[in-house]
Amino acid sequence: METMLAAAPTQAPFIQLLDSDGVRTAHPTWDPWAQSVDQETLRGFYRDMTTARRLDDESTALQRQGELLLWVPLRGQEAAQVGAGRATRPQDYLFPTYREHAVALTRGVRIAEMLRVFRGISHGGWDPRTTGFHHYTMVLAAQTPHAVGYAMGMKRDQKGWDQARIEEEGGAVVAFFGDGSSSEGDVHEAMVFANSTNAPVVFFCQNNQWAISVPFEVQSKVPLVNRAAGYGMPGIRVDGNDVIAVHAVTRWALEHARSGKGPVFIEAVTYRRGAHTTADDPTKYRTQDEEQGWDEKDPLLRVERHLRANGTGQDFFGQIAADADVLAAELRATALAFPTPSLTDAFNSVYAEPHSLVSEELAWYQEYQAGFADRDEEGTQNRAEGTR
Amino acid sequence: MTLAKALNAGLARVLEEDPTTLMMGEDIGKLGGVYRITEGLQARFGEDRVIDSPLAESGIIGTSIGLALRGYRPIAEIQFDGFVFPGFNQITSQLAKLRMRSEGKLTVPVTIRIPFGGGIGSIEHHSESPEALFAHTAGLRIMTPATPHDAYWMIQEAVQSQDPVIFFEPKRRYWMKGDVDTEHRAAPAAQAQVVRAGSDATIVAWGPLVPVALAAAQAAQEDGRDVEVIDLRSLSPIDFDTITASVQRTGRLIVAHEAPTFGGLGGEIAARVAERAFYALEAPVLRVGGFHMPYPPSKVESHYLPDIDRILDALDRSFQHSEVSA
Repeated sequence: METMLAAAPTQAPFIQLLDSDGVRTAHPTWDPWAQSVDQETLRGFYRDMTTARRLDDESTALQRQGELLLWVPLRGQEAAQVGAGRATRPQDYLFPTYREHAVALTRGVRIAEMLRVFRGISHGGWDPRTTGFHHYTMVLAAQTPHAVGYAMGMKRDQKGWDQARIEEEGGAVVAFFGDGSSSEGDVHEAMVFANSTNAPVVFFCQNNQWAISVPFEVQSKVPLVNRAAGYGMPGIRVDGNDVIAVHAVTRWALEHARSGKGPVFIEAVTYRRGAHTTADDPTKYRTQDEEQGWDEKDPLLRVERHLRANGTGQDFFGQIAADADVLAAELRATALAFPTPSLTDAFNSVYAEPHSLVSEELAWYQEYQAGFADRDEEGTQNRAEGTR
Repeated sequence: MTLAKALNAGLARVLEEDPTTLMMGEDIGKLGGVYRITEGLQARFGEDRVIDSPLAESGIIGTSIGLALRGYRPIAEIQFDGFVFPGFNQITSQLAKLRMRSEGKLTVPVTIRIPFGGGIGSIEHHSESPEALFAHTAGLRIMTPATPHDAYWMIQEAVQSQDPVIFFEPKRRYWMKGDVDTEHRAAPAAQAQVVRAGSDATIVAWGPLVPVALAAAQAAQEDGRDVEVIDLRSLSPIDFDTITASVQRTGRLIVAHEAPTFGGLGGEIAARVAERAFYALEAPVLRVGGFHMPYPPSKVESHYLPDIDRILDALDRSFQHSEVSA
């Protein structure tokens, strides 16, 4: 691992295998971990990133049209998310924040399921048990100790396994968080517990430079990766806009964790090209010059340049753009057709076992609703559940 | 056996019977906990099932949630009531909400043991009664035993619950002795128990104040008043049926708790009883509790804590009220 000195946060070195011109640069330490990324695999990553960006844009449009309460754009972070997500295995379990839509795609979560959260249908949206992709956690960093606890459980489950079985079936956990949430106490406690218990967890920090309106420098004087040493785990700073490098270091980190060597901290340096959410206005706190400076470092652009220079033709690019349009149309149709949820379902999901207060309130609510249904027959306004 | 030993035996039994259970907390292993509730459990069940955790409450609760998501049944210990607040976010915004967030797909059966209440002559943050803060949070179950027999069975019920449970242990009663029948399960926590039958007034109490309420009822007997005492046992849900039935017979209700009365559970009970048994009441429901101040220094805690006289005073006021209106 490179030693990370206390350099200014933006100037500190990072691992890069694909530069912004699309040139694959050699790296003796990391090339072996990137070997599996041949042109075909890279085309797959590009497809994932393009799909994510297209669906992200469609979701922003849906919000602008009043069909979503809010959307959290991921533009600019596609490489960090696809590179990491594609390095995980089905038996791994991932704890996202609320911007990891591209990671979700790599885990088989349908974006339409995510829109259930952003259309006010559900607080969860998808099934973490089948996808290994946990619900979004809106209270920043609160998911990081969950990730560590989950990893502690995995380690217990894999106790006594030989190396071959661990390589085949072993799982690890990824805790996603950002530069903003790195300041939260829960990240600290999670890292303490992870190192104390040698839990198989990878802390994957997307440093996208902005915590809503607050620049990274307010969170830390030094690169976040420097903190890893203080907890006693390896730290890797990677170009988060380089999908090959992110994939390589995440593969290494997961294998390190899974094989019992303990947690790893990855700082993926990227840029939130869009607004924090659709309720945000970045023109109030950052310059166009800064934004344009990152345009050239765009994660999709460099892969496209690389693929074109290495023989991938226009047919491919045309096809995936067309495919993404189809998915976007499906997304829109699915989201607009969500059935209105019922408050009864909410009552029924508060507790796993009967709770007399909830039962009593549900009974009252149903009787109250039924009263409106009766009056509806008499021609007054129907307030019964399920209508608008 | 003592209430402390009963808890220890109950914990040993769940660890024995369910291999997915494990305990986590500060000083619970080698030391056996600052109150020795977990004494000997690490030696018996191993360092990986009775875990001396780093000193961080949010981390203890947060990793317990993760373990539960993985299929384990963690039992977390918070060393003292006043130390739960660094973990409050994890409890109220994560643990309590995960079931609903997942639309019922996920269960997080985490038990959080918290020694609570005053009367032990300690420094700040060691004598608090924060139960209302947790009872107000939907998604949690709250239990507190008042006898060794209940302690033995209710801790097992808490651990076996599919829902998260905050288990408040009445720390000043840890050394109280009582019979424990390890063969016959206690009634479910959600059922309040009439621990003393009476016909003139009802006192509702829980945890550390149950013996105080019983002593007050005994003293009232000498004045010719036949007072019923209910041990609530579960603070979420609350068994309002048992309370209401009692009030319908006695017509008078006193609720006693150590927590400050303002915003406390006594207010909730008074409101519900007014809704359910208004015409049975001979007097307003009266509350006996702590004052609206942070828990005071121990030299004055005896003036702060509800005691026999304060409960008798409330009984007097209750009876006086009816006499005036009659």
